Amino acid sequence: MSDVSQPAAHPPVTDWVNDFDHTDPQWTDDPFPIWEELRATSPVVHTERFLGCYMPTTYEAVREIANDTEHFSSRRIIVRDVRPEVARNAAPPITSDPPVHKPAKQLLLPPFTPDAMKKLEPRMRAICNELIDGFIADGKVDAAARYSKYIPVQAIAHMLGIPESDSDLFINWIHMILELGIKDETKLLQAVQEMSAYFRTHIEARRSKPTDDLISYLMNAKDKEGQPLEESHVLGSLRLLLIAGIDTTWSAIGSSLWHLARTPADRERLIAEPALIPTAVEELLRAYSPVTMAREVVKETTVSGCPVKAGNMVLLSFPAANRDPKMFPDADKVVIDRRENRHAAFGLGIHRCVGSNLARMEMQVALEEWLKRIPDFRLDPAGTVTWSQGTVRGPRQLPFLLGRAM
Amino acid sequence: MTERLRVRVDPDKCQGHARCKALAPELFELDEYGNAHEAGDGIVPPGLEDKAWLARSNCPEIAIDVIEE
Ligand code: SF4
Repeated sequence: MSDVSQPAAHPPVTDWVNDFDHTDPQWTDDPFPIWEELRATSPVVHTERFLGCYMPTTYEAVREIANDTEHFSSRRIIVRDVRPEVARNAAPPITSDPPVHKPAKQLLLPPFTPDAMKKLEPRMRAICNELIDGFIADGKVDAAARYSKYIPVQAIAHMLGIPESDSDLFINWIHMILELGIKDETKLLQAVQEMSAYFRTHIEARRSKPTDDLISYLMNAKDKEGQPLEESHVLGSLRLLLIAGIDTTWSAIGSSLWHLARTPADRERLIAEPALIPTAVEELLRAYSPVTMAREVVKETTVSGCPVKAGNMVLLSFPAANRDPKMFPDADKVVIDRRENRHAAFGLGIHRCVGSNLARMEMQVALEEWLKRIPDFRLDPAGTVTWSQGTVRGPRQLPFLLGRAM
Repeated sequence: MTERLRVRVDPDKCQGHARCKALAPELFELDEYGNAHEAGDGIVPPGLEDKAWLARSNCPEIAIDVIEE
């Protein structure tokens, strides 16, 4: 099992507009009314917490920042209590700014195109069905712990060529980096070191016995000058692929199932019209977008007319942008056949999520296979749904009763 | 309605979200990095107008133009 301990507490928030905190339990539980309040006040709000941090609240303000690499740096991508020295090659390309960003990203794009994902799809269907086999007879399940969590872990393990049986190890590192690490530097460093050591062992093994997975792909990749990548770059990108691939899609699949458990009309429609699933997936991505990235203001500027000062962080909330009623009519409703949907769940601009095609495929397959075998399910009133904190939002406990009889 | 539609992808804006390819596979192609360009000369064959507009309104980078000729 993964380490379920929670990060240290901050003082509770009493003034959301001037003192917001995305790690506050109220936010973790139900951020939607908070975003609404902040958006009604200003397109950009500020808190003194986290050594100074802005948050754009509208789609337009988020878009402006995402497209402005001159004033906003990606060298720090998580809003945390501390700002230690920036490590070189922390997790390229997500932590890179232009001009080094582009070659680092282009390296990772070919293995993640929609065509490449099609080849992976049969394996994903098998993984989903193996997971369902494990609990379907029980009549109840924690769908976060036993289904949505393992789909992305096993997919990325498959692509990286590392054992799917090490999944719990990966999940624990990610919890330490994305949640505990916001407030506890040592947890973050420990996880990064353990991950690096893990990947070094796999790199070593491939030197004598090359494989056709992503580790070998990165080891054989050449930079612009035709030189092999530095080892720190290979390790950084491998860490990124493991970290970015798991929590995010786990959350997206979990939120989707949570929605369908509570909304029988949508569930029945998707069962009757499976061709609508891809459209519904986009809407679920919009409504429950899991990922909030960060930027650091490196040069003073204005965003949607609001001044922002260097030295502050920016909580770049794609989820809040996706709930902006100016951009999406009925933004707070989940409309599974919404036709116009330019949602920003995978980010905007040059830092668009490299794994977006993988995530979409995993979500579609996970919902299709689930609905085929478990058309009836609902929240277990005897259990509690819990949500992750901070950078990635999704259900971490999702107790369901399965089947009509229950 | 005799007017003809043409789709165009702005390569500087496209970030490879691949929404266009998913929604209108006949009208767009992706390169090895997953970035899009219009298929052929971008002229929308009759019957696919709806798909052209759909791709345009779902591109997160607002990189797609639909031109009425
Ligand atoms: S949807 Fe837009 S950004 Fe995505 S590939 Fe098509 S043109 Fe490019």
